[in-house]
Amino acid sequence: MQAVSRVFDSTPPVHALRAVDLTIESGEHVAIVGPSGSGKSTLLNVLGLLDRPTSGTYLLDGIDAGTLNDGRRAGLRSSRIGFVFQSFHLLSHRSALENVMMAGLYRRHSRSERRGRALDALERVGLAQRAAFQPNHLSGGERQRVAVARALASDPGVLLCDEPTGNLDSTSTGSMLDLFATLVDGGLTIIMITHDRDVAQRAGRRVEIIDGRLTEL
Amino acid sequence: MKLRKSRNSSAPVSRMRAIDVGDETLAGVLARPARAALTTLGTVLGLASLVATLGISRTAGEQIVGRFDELRATQVIIQSRSSGGQAGAPLPWSVEARLDRLNGVVASGAVADVTNPGQVRTVPVIDPSGSNERTVPIIAASPGVLGAVRGHIATGRWFDDGHVKRRDRVAVIGADLADELGIIGVANQPGVFIGDELFTVIGIIDEAPRERGLVGAIVIPSSVAVQRFGVTRPDRVVIETELGAAALIASQAATALNPNSPEGLSVSAPADPNAAREGVESDVNSMFLLLGLISLAVGAIGIANVTLVTVMERTGEIGLRRALGARRRHIAAQFLSESAAMGVVGGILGASAGIVTVVAVSAARDWTPVLDPWLPLAAPPAGAIVGLIAGLYPAIRAARLEPVEALRAGV
Repeated sequence: MQAVSRVFDSTPPVHALRAVDLTIESGEHVAIVGPSGSGKSTLLNVLGLLDRPTSGTYLLDGIDAGTLNDGRRAGLRSSRIGFVFQSFHLLSHRSALENVMMAGLYRRHSRSERRGRALDALERVGLAQRAAFQPNHLSGGERQRVAVARALASDPGVLLCDEPTGNLDSTSTGSMLDLFATLVDGGLTIIMITHDRDVAQRAGRRVEIIDGRLTEL
Repeated sequence: MKLRKSRNSSAPVSRMRAIDVGDETLAGVLARPARAALTTLGTVLGLASLVATLGISRTAGEQIVGRFDELRATQVIIQSRSSGGQAGAPLPWSVEARLDRLNGVVASGAVADVTNPGQVRTVPVIDPSGSNERTVPIIAASPGVLGAVRGHIATGRWFDDGHVKRRDRVAVIGADLADELGIIGVANQPGVFIGDELFTVIGIIDEAPRERGLVGAIVIPSSVAVQRFGVTRPDRVVIETELGAAALIASQAATALNPNSPEGLSVSAPADPNAAREGVESDVNSMFLLLGLISLAVGAIGIANVTLVTVMERTGEIGLRRALGARRRHIAAQFLSESAAMGVVGGILGASAGIVTVVAVSAARDWTPVLDPWLPLAAPPAGAIVGLIAGLYPAIRAARLEPVEALRAGV
């Protein structure tokens, strides 16, 4: 990511990101910290191809994501990036397995292939025995694991986590971070936003954003 | 430059399987079954009333045409055409001899109303109070009339050629009149006085669909009427034809009856059955069709409303789907197919309800239900179109949502 800026049109214009340079190698575990409104979420959205930078270049696996049309950006999201959100974003009327099976829906993966991948992913997060449960019968920690499984099911290169432990108690947070560590050991890149200093400490690398400017910690 | 770059890049375009669109649609609709059912109700009512309206009017039209087939389609009536005080060509009494030879004629006969025959009595007593006397219609008929009007003799017999030739003073009286006169049978040869003439009642006629007047009248042989009551010519000739022969007979009968001036006779043949049916259908249809269309529009507005609310509620889900790689068109397709699915279900249920209504109404009226086969088949596609139109605006709204904004809204 070279000299990436993101300006929101308003009066006065909001400079959410100011010429951010950031290179993240595959297999890194990066925590992004910073106060509210500093630009953390904007950075994550640009990294996740949900938002386009106003200027600058963003290369994902060597592909210039800024020049791609919406269809290919959506294709990249579905194949290279997994999202984990603070509020889980699970569909309440579907079982854990069905939620995880939504990964690959937009890649023309067959139902049986998605089912196989979803069962594998649930196994990896240790929730194979909860596959048939509805999300509202699961604890917060278990729900977030289902969300992680959904992100893992499409076999992405990078996991983007927006406050993944923000809604979890300390025990669940601990086991979630253990899970992340295992995944990073397995070669996955994890980029997460967090407010929590202790959570950030578990990451291999920490960057801080204040007023849209990024500094290594 | 930009274009080539993106074409060369290895990023795959996000795509979706058709079967998965179906799965997601089903899951989306069934996630809130009660809401989906209530939303569908408007379309069900609209299409049910449309199917019922078209079906019932078609059924009613067929019934009326069916009756035409039985009676009118096999009937030809010929009268003297009198215009501007000038008498038309005269009709003969010897109708049977002239017409029954024509191929397609089943029966034919001539009738005339007898004017001023005098009072009718059943007993030969001059009653000063006149309570025994009454004025009843007297009709002169040729022997073929019974068959030509599809008449039915309740008891006794109809007069024949012999009675006519001999000028026998016999009478067949209508069933209604027989009750009034106190004549219950013909076994003891009851008599009636028409004026001063005594007639022997030989039969009672209780049905005459083509000349209903016969049932309330005294019918006497034509020759007697000519001799005693000054009747000269028949008023009209009634012909029963074979089915489908009416038009042919109508073209031949006038010449057969009066070869010198057939144009002086007016011939009335059955109307075209199709025209009759269309007339009935358009009468019944227009108002109920309008009502059906209005309820269909209300149903569409209902679907649009609920789908719009659903889009608002599922903002977080839309954001998630975008994050999972869905494109705007995938989001639009999902909401469109959900509203179309509700429309299709509404169409199926509406068609079923409409058919049940048609059958129920037909059963209550002893009709044979008649339904165009395309009607129930067209209802589901019609529902789908209603659903698609209704879902268009909400789907566009959903597709326009920015993923970042949508995700912030939460699930």
